[in-house]
Amino acid sequence: MRRLAFLSLAIWAGACAAPRPPAPAAAPAAAPATEPAGAAAGAVMSAAIPRAQTADQQVTHALNRLAFGPRPGDVEAVRRMGLDAWIDRQLHPERIDDTALDQFLAATYHVLGDSPAELERRYPPPGQLINRAGARNGLSHDDSVQLRESQMGIRQMSAEVQGARVARAVLTERQLLEVMTDFWLNHFTVYDAKGPRERYMLADYENRVIRPNALGKFRTLLGSVAKSEAMLFYLDNWESQADSTRPRLAPMPGRGGRRGGGFLRGGMPTILPAMGAQPPAQLPAQIRKGGLNENYGRELLELHTLGVDGGYTQADVINAARALTGWTFKGPQQGGGFQFVPFMHDAGEKVVLGHTLKAGRGIEDGEDLLDIVARHPSTAHYIAFKLARRFVSDSPSTALVDRAAATFTRTGGDIRETLRTIIMSPEFFSRAAYRSKVKSPFEVVVSAARALGAHGDATPRTAQLVAQLGEPIYGHQAPNGWPETGDQWMNTGAILNRINFGMLMAAGRVPGASPFGFEGAAELRSAPVNQQVDGVVAHLLGGDVSPEMRAVLVSGSNPLSRSSPAGDPRPQLKGLPLIVGLALGSPEFQRR
Amino acid sequence: MQRRYFVKSGAVALATMGLSPSFLRRLSYGMELPGAEKGKVLICLFQRGAADALNVVVPFGDRAYYQLRPNIAIPAPRNGALSAIDLDGFFGLHPSLAPLKPLWDRGILAPIHAIGSPSTTRSHFDAQDYMESGTPDVKGTTDGWLNRYLAASGTCEECKVSPFRAVAMTPQTPRALEGSAPTVAMDSIDQFAVRTGGDAAARLEALYRTGSADIVQGAGNEMFEAVKMLKAANPQRYQPENGAAYPRSQFGQRLRQIAQLIKCNVGLEIAFADVGGWDTHVNQGSVQGQLANRLDDFAQSIAALTTDLGDRMEDVVILTMSEFGRMARQNGNGGTDHGHAGAMFVIGGPVRGKRVYGRWPGLAQEQLYEGRDLALTTDFRDLFAEVAGAHLGARRMDALFPGHTPSGRLGVVG
Repeated sequence: MRRLAFLSLAIWAGACAAPRPPAPAAAPAAAPATEPAGAAAGAVMSAAIPRAQTADQQVTHALNRLAFGPRPGDVEAVRRMGLDAWIDRQLHPERIDDTALDQFLAATYHVLGDSPAELERRYPPPGQLINRAGARNGLSHDDSVQLRESQMGIRQMSAEVQGARVARAVLTERQLLEVMTDFWLNHFTVYDAKGPRERYMLADYENRVIRPNALGKFRTLLGSVAKSEAMLFYLDNWESQADSTRPRLAPMPGRGGRRGGGFLRGGMPTILPAMGAQPPAQLPAQIRKGGLNENYGRELLELHTLGVDGGYTQADVINAARALTGWTFKGPQQGGGFQFVPFMHDAGEKVVLGHTLKAGRGIEDGEDLLDIVARHPSTAHYIAFKLARRFVSDSPSTALVDRAAATFTRTGGDIRETLRTIIMSPEFFSRAAYRSKVKSPFEVVVSAARALGAHGDATPRTAQLVAQLGEPIYGHQAPNGWPETGDQWMNTGAILNRINFGMLMAAGRVPGASPFGFEGAAELRSAPVNQQVDGVVAHLLGGDVSPEMRAVLVSGSNPLSRSSPAGDPRPQLKGLPLIVGLALGSPEFQRR
Repeated sequence: MQRRYFVKSGAVALATMGLSPSFLRRLSYGMELPGAEKGKVLICLFQRGAADALNVVVPFGDRAYYQLRPNIAIPAPRNGALSAIDLDGFFGLHPSLAPLKPLWDRGILAPIHAIGSPSTTRSHFDAQDYMESGTPDVKGTTDGWLNRYLAASGTCEECKVSPFRAVAMTPQTPRALEGSAPTVAMDSIDQFAVRTGGDAAARLEALYRTGSADIVQGAGNEMFEAVKMLKAANPQRYQPENGAAYPRSQFGQRLRQIAQLIKCNVGLEIAFADVGGWDTHVNQGSVQGQLANRLDDFAQSIAALTTDLGDRMEDVVILTMSEFGRMARQNGNGGTDHGHAGAMFVIGGPVRGKRVYGRWPGLAQEQLYEGRDLALTTDFRDLFAEVAGAHLGARRMDALFPGHTPSGRLGVVG
């Protein structure tokens, strides 16, 4: 396998060299954006890359794939900067000022920076409050008050986390970073209703674990996820421990913590679960009785790294899980956060993917495991494939995936450079790729809001619309994440919901968004319908629709046709908003 | 499914621009649905939150029951008092389930007790996931058992499949229906329409007939057909029959809409709805109270559905489920904590009712699962497989419930 990867690296070395970051001097290479770039191939140095799309298409394409669609002024800004320079800048989000977003977030949300432990202490899980009250013979009035406050706090917290996800995607200048955050949150998906504790962990997961690592080294991201409370809880690793047949790294603390000078007395880190205000008198039942939980070990190999056909066995799954025993987190009263608990760790020897992890070691087992899977050739291929599928097409070519995988391997799993190989490829700018991806519901909502120049929505409404379209944020139960291909997003009910969403937006019924918010809309309000259609097509549909479609948009209402009955609650659209609604509901707007 | 889009969209592309009214009329094709009318229907109702089976189907004949639940047990049947409704001298229904008693008497209702998932989990999330995916303890399953049924049967290339073959009356597609076969999730029938006034809907439809035929256009065209189909069936003017009175609750209204869909012959085969409020850790009550209120709604809604459907119940099976049961012993809050085995109901014409199914494991201390819960004697997959096989004619049980070998027929259906 090693040799294979090396071989393909050598073959593609030439290809890999081309998409290197263009030196500032080469920025004018973006000049081809003024003429069909295919013709310019060979003429300009960086244009060893043929681009089959027209210059205008390239800009639209880049804004649709590397951003959540253009905001008013974006197309012009990209043209001014030069497409390649814009792409390079997006690959380096740290160079992009995002003050406006930061101000909006700071003024609107209050829990995003809080740790899971802080949030759990502030809004204890209702079940825990009830149990505590039960131990005192029933709920008192104060208990009821606290229960209500906690429930409200939890609702508010979830609304903030979801709302901020959408608002950020709508507003941030660091668009590619946000696209990649969306990508990784889906790759490393977690589910908010996994249990009462998952909700506390989401803000931390998104803001501290995923986003800061979204364009960094894959191994760093993987390690950050592996130690995150959100993933440890979601895939059950927090309670996974050595099976009774295996040696433990440290003795299991005595059952009667009170009697013996055991684990809890000894000042060792106290474990986890929601035990309430009092320190646990003895180990929680899960830990006393539990054994190995393979859930995370399996998904780590199947979904996070090697992929289902990545060449691992059931024994590898078990041994990966064994290597990760003891990777858990502290309880909220102990401040939360990752901890390694020696007595939970299986200290036996393990063989994973042909590598031997010697007996008697601790946290190094898990770290080595992550090293092994992160640099496995199957992982390079799987991550390259998923990125190419996200950015280029539902069925990316083997050649492109191989080149991206080679970059991944050559750079030690550098996400930014792997992405660069994909974005700067002829495949990315091919005609076949143009508008070939079906937007996810999140992309539909965010791109519509952006096209209309929407403000951030401080209410939960926009996030609820994403859910109504079928992609509730942090609402995917299974660990495989939301679909990444169009056939799975498109069906009878989905398209109906999207059309109705477009109508709502156009009717101005979504907070922060106005049908008159798109570029140049003000001047079009009382313009002839022809001009209105041209303006909408230019700014909402990338200036690119078939004559037939344009004809339908222009056709206009027959003033003699039946009007809707009085009191009809449905949006009544006419004039410019109607054209906007039709555009947002059109098949073209469902694609990117 | 893919091909279906293209075949149809191809035809649409030919006719595209003209938008002739006759063409549109032909597309509102209520009559073009072979096998869509009066077919077999399965209605799955999920009680989310783990319903307390021991107070739903009450084992009043088991003495240990009253020792375990001094404050919340349902009293044994007694004339003139709120108490269990006797079924067979050992089991009784919670008094709030009185509306279901006539179904028992007619022989079309069968409770199955001590049924559930063999998984040891007591997590709502995991247990619901397992019951809907149909694969206990396997977390990687991406589709639901109902979708696997849809995908494995009735996908012949030539038949026209109704867009309403599988409908969830839920805001989002439930796990049980996730998968490759197309399904529709809707909050209400009213919402299954292009919600805009004037001629916007007609122009949108025209937009979806322009351009090249791909999955987006294909889905759009199917959607406009489906909307017309539903409109032609005119569910807005629906009146329940036979004096059926649905509760005003969300659950009641959802069942009412399932009845509408069945009766307007849009080709419904699988319907799904869920109802929450069963996680009764605190003050669940006994013959009255929290659980009783939930059961009132549950029973009245189902009773109204069966009344409304009348003779159609000959082809309908209702299957109720909940992710697990609750602890046999009451807790310190007058409630019950998460347990293991539970109870389900199967109702409908093809059901061999008037009998409580499932081996009763007993509630004595040594008979309890892990010393605290009702033990499991029937794997839920045995029942689901029997319903799918005997009622819907499903054959590929290995596809429906991979890795599971049913341990013999219960004989509830067929």
